[in-house]
Amino acid sequence: MLSAEMVNVIAAARKHGWVLEPEALRLLGAAGVPGPKFAWAKSKTDALAAAAGIGYPVAAKVVSPQVMHKSDVQGVQPGVPDAESLAQVYDRFSRLPGFEGVVVAEMLSGRELIVGAKIDYQFGPVILLGIGGTAVEIYQDTVTRMAPLKPRDIESMLSCLRGSRLLTGHRGFAAVNIPKLTAMMLAFSDLVMELADRIDSIDLNPVFCSPERCTVADARILLAPLA
Amino acid sequence: MNFTPLFKPGSMAVAGVSLSNERHPANVIYNKIHLRYPVKVYPVNPKGGVFKRDRVYRGMEEIPGPVDLAVIAVRADLVPETLSQCIRKGVGGAVIISGGFAESGRADLQERIAAMAREANFPFIGPNCLGIYSPGKFDTFFLPGERLVRPNPGSVGFVSQSGGVLVDQMVKFTEQGLGLSLAVSIGNKALIREIDLLRYLAEDPATQVIAFYVEGFGRNEGRAFVELAAGLSKPVVVLKAGKTAEGSRAVSSHTASLAGDYKVFADVLAQYGIVEARNEFELTCFCESLSHYPRAIEGNVGVITVSGGHGALATDICADIGLQVPRLSDAVKAEIRAGLSANIRDIASLGNPIDLTGSAVDEDFEAAVSALGRAPEVDCLLLLLLPYSPGISSDLGARLSYVHQQTGKPLVAYVPHVEKYRILIEGFELNNVPVASSIDGAAFMVEAMRRCRPC
Repeated sequence: MLSAEMVNVIAAARKHGWVLEPEALRLLGAAGVPGPKFAWAKSKTDALAAAAGIGYPVAAKVVSPQVMHKSDVQGVQPGVPDAESLAQVYDRFSRLPGFEGVVVAEMLSGRELIVGAKIDYQFGPVILLGIGGTAVEIYQDTVTRMAPLKPRDIESMLSCLRGSRLLTGHRGFAAVNIPKLTAMMLAFSDLVMELADRIDSIDLNPVFCSPERCTVADARILLAPLA
Repeated sequence: MNFTPLFKPGSMAVAGVSLSNERHPANVIYNKIHLRYPVKVYPVNPKGGVFKRDRVYRGMEEIPGPVDLAVIAVRADLVPETLSQCIRKGVGGAVIISGGFAESGRADLQERIAAMAREANFPFIGPNCLGIYSPGKFDTFFLPGERLVRPNPGSVGFVSQSGGVLVDQMVKFTEQGLGLSLAVSIGNKALIREIDLLRYLAEDPATQVIAFYVEGFGRNEGRAFVELAAGLSKPVVVLKAGKTAEGSRAVSSHTASLAGDYKVFADVLAQYGIVEARNEFELTCFCESLSHYPRAIEGNVGVITVSGGHGALATDICADIGLQVPRLSDAVKAEIRAGLSANIRDIASLGNPIDLTGSAVDEDFEAAVSALGRAPEVDCLLLLLLPYSPGISSDLGARLSYVHQQTGKPLVAYVPHVEKYRILIEGFELNNVPVASSIDGAAFMVEAMRRCRPC
């Protein structure tokens, strides 16, 4: 069941047609899909305080209903080393259109994956898993399954990826935490089934998977047009 | 809805028979049923009269006896009236051949006839279709019988959105010696759709494999289709057209762009163990194989041949499509060697592929097949047979077919398909061993069973 908090997040996002990143991370977190330690800072003072709490280096990302693709406007700054740099980044972001603050988040590491969902015309809610990173559209190493997922679906998705060895351990890279990844995918699948009549698609991109944890670094939820 | 009168009619009426134009589709259909099929058929035309010494009925309700199936081949705007006559008369169902509906901008007319039929619980196929082909019983194709390649009765039920693909696939099935239980071209599928026929064929005792040519499903219809298909004991094979269309709506998310319509289609079919054929060759091979062995394997293949080259080619193809050709244990090799005739015992190569050499005789094949039948490392046998080899008799098929009966392991053979080897080929086929006409085809027949496994 969707909590009142989740329903509110979706309702508030209606006017933009998509859910802002910090709200999307909050909604996912409430559904058991883990995100980073982060804060939505609406002033420079808040941003600096949040970063001090999280610990440098941090990632800074612009929040704006007019900016869906943040990297297209240089609205993402990973690895901000200290307070001085963060203040500069904050100033730069604040000049972007529709500025509504900055997400300050912990830096994550591990293998980059893409996880997604869409409401397919023929098959309804489907879940995608792929090898992520900047070349995701080039290699297109992804696999799709009809939701809701069962644990064995996730096993088969992993084995169907051409790059599955990147996840199960390869040349000095330790295997990612498959049980955590499985738990995350199952929780995401449950959420997608709950949201099926409200969403068009969801991108969790990237998702960082390490031997310890699997964490959504960025999320975008596109809402379905109201019927 | 009761589909029995549609697919097993004892009496038919053909609406639209022309008294002046023998090439009218209705006349072609009437003539073939009248002359060649064991079904009573009535010609219908509002003008009445006499046609080929038969009374022409002015409407369905004039026909004295019951009518199970009406074939409607009148102008689109006359279809609603003909349909309503059928409903009033209590006809069992209809095939609407006529075009001029959704495919040419008259979705309204199509919706009208679908609504009439739904209201009356009256089943119909079409419109804009060839309709039904039931081998030896009847067909509603407006194609002259002599122009058709007509498969024998068999165990494949085939449903096609396209009539052209259906007729062409009948040629391919016939070349492969594959028989049909029923073939249906559903055209615009205004009322009866893929999932309805999946449900019907699942219950049809003559059908062992259910095959589809699909262009696209309706909203959420794919979900219902795979969920139903996954629960059936019969294999379901699907050939999808429109693989490259990415849909016309703007794609604003990564997921929507990465998970295009066809990608989702293919992945979901694999998830549910529905066998996707990527082209008509695979469709034919898959139906042939699954009509003999309607079940899933892991895909560990034992290859037996009399030519090292064939063994190597087959191994390459297997590897390419994801089948394994595992090494054999020393115990299995020793068992095979002990069973070989003295002639070849020292020259046969017993890795996998097994090359029995051109000097092999029937008993050598039996020894190899029998040992592989018990070997845990393989779950399927692929036999590449070159009949130029003088030691091979025409009994070989019958002699090897016991393997599947005894061990449950499927055996697939390749024999060149030329007339002079027909007796050898039939020796396999009549003993329930599928025979491919190429090495690729034989590998695909194995692959069909692997794809039955939900991925």
